[in-house]
Amino acid sequence: MSARIFKARHAMGPVVRGPALVANDGFSARYDLDRIKGVFSRPAHKLAGQSYVGKILVLDTAKGGVATAWMLHEMKSRGIVPLALVLNSVNPILAQGAALGDVAMLAGFDEDITAAIPNGAVVEVNPAEGWLKVG
Amino acid sequence: MKLNDEERDILAGKAGPVPQQALKHQIKVGDFFAARDFVPVTQAHIMADTESLGEAGVQWLEGLAATTEGEHRVRIPTITDPRGTDFAKADWLGQTSAMVDLERRAIVAFEKLGVAMTNTCINYQTIQPPTRNEHTAFGDTGVVIYANSVCGARSNFEGGPSALSAGLTGRTPRYGFHLPEQRRGSLRIQVDHTPATLNGWGGLGGVIGRLAGNYWAVPVIEGIEGAPRSDQLKHFGASMASFGSIALYHIVGLTPEAAKLSDVAASDLPVHRVTKADVEALQKSYHTDDTVDVVVFSAPQLSLYELGDLAALCDGRTFSVPMLAVTSPQVKPDSDRMGYTARIEAAGGHVLSGMCFYQSYAREISEARGWKRLATNSAKLVNILGGYGYRPMLASMEACVEAAATGKLVRT
Repeated sequence: MSARIFKARHAMGPVVRGPALVANDGFSARYDLDRIKGVFSRPAHKLAGQSYVGKILVLDTAKGGVATAWMLHEMKSRGIVPLALVLNSVNPILAQGAALGDVAMLAGFDEDITAAIPNGAVVEVNPAEGWLKVG
Repeated sequence: MKLNDEERDILAGKAGPVPQQALKHQIKVGDFFAARDFVPVTQAHIMADTESLGEAGVQWLEGLAATTEGEHRVRIPTITDPRGTDFAKADWLGQTSAMVDLERRAIVAFEKLGVAMTNTCINYQTIQPPTRNEHTAFGDTGVVIYANSVCGARSNFEGGPSALSAGLTGRTPRYGFHLPEQRRGSLRIQVDHTPATLNGWGGLGGVIGRLAGNYWAVPVIEGIEGAPRSDQLKHFGASMASFGSIALYHIVGLTPEAAKLSDVAASDLPVHRVTKADVEALQKSYHTDDTVDVVVFSAPQLSLYELGDLAALCDGRTFSVPMLAVTSPQVKPDSDRMGYTARIEAAGGHVLSGMCFYQSYAREISEARGWKRLATNSAKLVNILGGYGYRPMLASMEACVEAAATGKLVRT
């Protein structure tokens, strides 16, 4: 498969490369995660039971409250953290959390990024240049 | 971002390392959202329970608080959201000494930074509601949506690090709901009924939140009759913010920016109809059991009026399962003074102060106390607690009190 590049309108954080964990669902560290076990824990979430550790999460949008602004930093201190967050849209909380935790983040694409990236594909995230590459 | 002279000085460290670090954080966020500059803010409100901060977050705070060089205290009134415990009830909740110690360390650090420990998510009812067009940096999504929608103030969701940064610099990046163009409606919601109960208002907020779908959506709501009370809009907004990450709504003819539809919305916006059946379906979807282990009134903290209503329902009852009512440190003394606390406790209930249930190590409380099946009248709480291993169920205050007495939740 030839490489495809997806440009993001919003970006921050370090360059990372890893496996994508993809779902057309939302993201909130407080609502959706068991942050001790490192898995999605909300039963209704499409990734329920799956580990997010070391994954590049490709999801639709930010959900829920403000706790994620602290939680990404806390999760990173224990090494139980996603490698990057890639979303169709984010709220300020995810951006504030990524800024404090120095977690790579991309948001805002010209197509539904959750439909464009195959689950399990190895992807590269380059916030400095504002793109994601798959393949 | 375009910086003025004062901001360039802060960034250069002329005000000391604490405001410098705060401004650097704010610039990262502002650049991410293409903010053109900063806007001065008058109040900040910090969500910082230690379940969210963890050891790493508390150490980060302690590092800031240990700095004595330059300016190292907040510049504007800066207050806190609920803490992770009520120290008087920590043992009963099954919280460990490590959790309580972490809370104490966070409080010491915040106080060194000049933060006022109000520990409330209903500051718009108890401390000082913002005024129309007042720019603030509020944390807690329920606070932001109430301030934006009901008061006409201007705030984004400011997570703990960003709200503290705003307190330390007296400003925040100008993007999102600080901009008039972002405050225009993006979808119309026509409702066919006006809820009467708090769980009904929360349920309606939840349905609209799910429909609207993301932070940048601004629902414009038509069909609400009469003048809802503050507690009703508190549950409505907190639930909408929880289910949909929504920070602003307008109710035509009611909220201050929407005297008429054309004030906030183009005529060709998509229209969604929300029925009473939609709200009942949301409530029923959570009713997965008929037995409850615990009843919780929280999220948001209860007002004095809610505690008064609850006390009246508790009169003459004897509870067979634990019942918790959580309020703010500002309301609790009045509840004590009015006799509400004593009437609730006479039935076997517990009135807690300065915390909120889901921000207080809810998973660990569940494991320590064996609480799984939880009844509440808070739609926000049922939306959150599933991820913490609970089976939360939504019902009216009356049905929840009945469940506390009988251990059974009646299906409605």
